[in-house]
Amino acid sequence: MPYLELQKLHKEFGDFTAIEEIDVALETGEFLSLLGPSGCGKTTALRIVAGFETPTSGRVVIEGNDVTNIPANKRDMGMVFQAYSLFPNMTAEANVEFGLRIRGESGPVRRTRVEELLELVGLTAAAKRYPHQLSGGMQQRVALARALAIEPRVLLLDEPLSALDAKVRVQLREEIRRLQTQLGITTLYVTHDQEEALSISDRVAVLSHGRIEQIGSPAEIYNAPGTPFVAEFIGTMNRLEATVAESGQVQVGGSVLPVDDAHDLPRGERVLVLVRPEILELERAEGGVAGAIIGEVVAHIFLGAITRVKVDAGDHTLSADLPGHKAAELPIGSRVAASFPADGGRVLALSEPASAEPAPAGQ
Amino acid sequence: MPRSGWVWLGIGAAYFFIPLAATLEFSLKEVSGYGFSAYREILSDPQFRDLLWVSFKLALATIVVSLLILIPGVYSVHLSFPRLRPLVEFLSVLPFVVPPIILIVGLLDFYNVDRVPLWFIESPRFLVPGYVVLSFPFMFRALDVSFRSIDVHTLTEAAHSLGAGWTTTLVRVILPNIASGALAGAFLTFALVMGEFTMAHIALFNTFPTYINYVGQTQANPAAALTIISFGLTWLALLGILFVGRRPGRGVAPVAGR
Repeated sequence: MPYLELQKLHKEFGDFTAIEEIDVALETGEFLSLLGPSGCGKTTALRIVAGFETPTSGRVVIEGNDVTNIPANKRDMGMVFQAYSLFPNMTAEANVEFGLRIRGESGPVRRTRVEELLELVGLTAAAKRYPHQLSGGMQQRVALARALAIEPRVLLLDEPLSALDAKVRVQLREEIRRLQTQLGITTLYVTHDQEEALSISDRVAVLSHGRIEQIGSPAEIYNAPGTPFVAEFIGTMNRLEATVAESGQVQVGGSVLPVDDAHDLPRGERVLVLVRPEILELERAEGGVAGAIIGEVVAHIFLGAITRVKVDAGDHTLSADLPGHKAAELPIGSRVAASFPADGGRVLALSEPASAEPAPAGQ
Repeated sequence: MPRSGWVWLGIGAAYFFIPLAATLEFSLKEVSGYGFSAYREILSDPQFRDLLWVSFKLALATIVVSLLILIPGVYSVHLSFPRLRPLVEFLSVLPFVVPPIILIVGLLDFYNVDRVPLWFIESPRFLVPGYVVLSFPFMFRALDVSFRSIDVHTLTEAAHSLGAGWTTTLVRVILPNIASGALAGAFLTFALVMGEFTMAHIALFNTFPTYINYVGQTQANPAAALTIISFGLTWLALLGILFVGRRPGRGVAPVAGR
């Protein structure tokens, strides 16, 4: 039996539909991320689980018990907010202790537990400090300790890292994952940062316009996006509009490319071929090359370990991620042939124009 | 500051301090030379003590009632009805627009013996509802600023998610974080009630301000002494606000690293 279920959740605020339908189940100890652009309904879904909002229809079920109508303060959910959630009038220690006091735990029990948790988040030395004396990252650690202190049934995190700077963000997300695994607590995590979601989760649910577009492991989401939206939202993707030439081959502009994914598709069907920049290969080429798209290098973008080479191929601008020394062999202005292994491209039916807001990648 | 600034500052200071200095000088004047006889006369008058006590009690009652109404009120406006804020803000200015004399005439009319028990209208506590209305602008603004300086939503939700009910949230989480605003509002209200004359006079109750008026009409030097004393009281209240407002260690924690 799943541990936490969001059953056919639907939520309207007046005329505005925040959640069309969300239906998802988490196993005990699972870490699931709700990922999507702002306004996709991910935070509303989390708030419904926390008990801060009531769904227009649908249910929240924990271990088989319907908790949809139980008020937030009786639900035993540990929640970590974006920011500003620590009680400013209490020390770090008192913040962590708050939930235990409410539960009427005795003094010694509270002290032991507070010490334990502050140690767990590495803040024993800051126990007596007030929130305004702590850095943003430390505040969020205290918030995490405070949420975990009550031994909640589910840990809910609402973009807990979005107010922090990049380095702290990466550090803290690893720590959240470590704690979550160590404690085996079922966790629902909301974020708009795809890199964050992919790096931290057991499964990721990509949301758009109040619906789940795709749900799966980070690798599935990244390597096999199920819809154009997911393809666009997760990472950088080359999108090639193509026609199925014959089984296993697509035609892009004047070039015919082999793509395994295009087997069993009717000839002449319009499709979208998706290729990751790290899959795309570039070779110097003067004339036409079979099974490749010909173009001209127009830009180099230095990204540290790799260089992203932009290629103008007429209808398309392609991105290829190459190691620095390879990119250096293809200076701006070179004619190149772009190709990819037959199993490296993903084919989606071109039913609707994909309209995804670009993901705020690696900012 | 440029020289012209100092000149203007001097003129402003003179405007306030010359009358005060003159009053002080006059209050110390005796038949021959200077002394404290006017102060002795005031301080030995039993009416002074009694009416100061009456006004003091009225001020406390006003503060208590006002806080009891406004803290939950402003809290719920900030939490659940943010769209009502402009309306409440408008209402809070009304006591400035409607003069106290209109207010008290209305109250006298409303509180007639058929509607309200005698024990309430026969003593100066009758004035408390009116004073609560008069203190509304000061109290509301002081609280409003405090509530705006904290993230009411997140703090409330954080408290709820940790198991706290509404009362616990209000008392343990919200109150401590708006205490400085509540205290500032309380001091302003205190100063207001200690100086309110119109309503007490029309309603025929003796309070500290009506006593000042009475002394002013009958004894010249003691009246000046009384003015200095009541000025001192107001000044203490303002000093209290400054002290409370400057106390460190409160307020919203900034998130570093942004």
